[in-house]
Amino acid sequence: MSMIQIENVSKWYGDFQVLTDCGTHVNAGEVVVVCGPSGSGKSTLIRCVNGLEAIQQGRIVVNGTALAEPTTNLSKLRAQVGMVFQNFELFPHMSVTDNLTIAQVKVLGRSTEEALARGLTMLDRVGLKAQATKFPGALSGGQQQRVAIARALAMDPICMLFDEPTSALDPEMVNEVLDVMVELATEGMTMMCVTHEMGFARKVADRVIFMDHGRIVEDASKDDFFGTPRAERAQLFLSKILQH
Amino acid sequence: MDTFDWTSIPGALPILADGMLITLEITATAMLVGILWGTVLALARLSGNRPLAWLAAAYVNLFRAVPLVMVILWFYLIVPTLLQRWLGVSQSSDIRMISALVAFALFESAYYAEIIRAGVQSVPKGQVDAAFALGMPYPLTMRLVVLPQAFRNMLPLLLTQAIILFQDTSLVYVIGLADFFGAAYKVGDRDGRLVELLLFAGAVYFILCFGASLLVRQLQKKYST
Repeated sequence: MSMIQIENVSKWYGDFQVLTDCGTHVNAGEVVVVCGPSGSGKSTLIRCVNGLEAIQQGRIVVNGTALAEPTTNLSKLRAQVGMVFQNFELFPHMSVTDNLTIAQVKVLGRSTEEALARGLTMLDRVGLKAQATKFPGALSGGQQQRVAIARALAMDPICMLFDEPTSALDPEMVNEVLDVMVELATEGMTMMCVTHEMGFARKVADRVIFMDHGRIVEDASKDDFFGTPRAERAQLFLSKILQH
Repeated sequence: MDTFDWTSIPGALPILADGMLITLEITATAMLVGILWGTVLALARLSGNRPLAWLAAAYVNLFRAVPLVMVILWFYLIVPTLLQRWLGVSQSSDIRMISALVAFALFESAYYAEIIRAGVQSVPKGQVDAAFALGMPYPLTMRLVVLPQAFRNMLPLLLTQAIILFQDTSLVYVIGLADFFGAAYKVGDRDGRLVELLLFAGAVYFILCFGASLLVRQLQKKYST
């Protein structure tokens, strides 16, 4: 069964159509990388998956729950779906520990001790246990993003969405974040990742989706995508991105 | 030309202190209610709910377009009647204080609402996304993520508004309430030393307000680093 099912999704900002008839899926345990030139709608698409953006046409189903159904509790669904943002979005007025525990306590209803234990386990997992009492502003970009990943993991999500998690990082910090993501992928986490990191895609992706002008123009297994992309636009993109 | 005669001030200090108490009481109440009610108005105005946003905007625009003196007088004329009709409170001298408190609280709310609205908008949209993505519903997102950051950003503005409010409380003289300014005026009038008393009152206002604004500047520096 698909963990994430995206069917005929279209979206407009006013008159401007950002997504046109997008359809794909992410199976449980699968890692799907979404790439494409900027403005192609890939971030918009992933933000639709947990309802941060509303769609005007089509259907999105996550773990058997259709997002647009009136009976769907969107907050409850989001609590099960981890998301990592380009700009980290840690809460700057809270310590790392509070960032890790607040949603566990206030949303999942866990006890403070339980949340703290879970949060610190995840913090240790991303290699930042020593930073627990610091505030986000005192951490490097790479460290902040790893805390953001730990924060999402502490909620025990059924799948993870990554929206350009390394785009805002200095080059030397990209790898520390990718390492965490690779580890997560190899452990079997279901992941949908918007990223330009083709090395990451080659290493752990099961499928690669290529978007252009709001359409999914290529949806192929990793080997097919890097071997012989069918869409001309994808070939051009790959040749540009892999030049260096 | 007469020389200044300050001798009536020491004896008047207890009266002046009572007046200062009233000034501070009005300031504190208007600040507290203003921030609470102002937050509600700001959130209503920012909510997607059109009628709610319209009502909040109408409230803010109404109070911001009317002189404070008039609002104080209106409430002085309206509040006693309302209190009598709804709560059965007897018409006593306390009425002036209550009507002043209500007038200031409702008037200041309009100004605080605009400060708070700007403060809420100063919090990056990504913070809301992150809170939503963690499963927080809108009220929780506001309470735990947006408002704490917003209030921190707007602290200098809130305090500056409080300083203005502190000065504006002197307007209660129109309903004969003896705040600090009113007390100084009364004593000066009684002793025929109006100029001295008003100079003294002015000096006290200046020292308190200028001191407070220096503190705000200090605070601003601390938070901007």
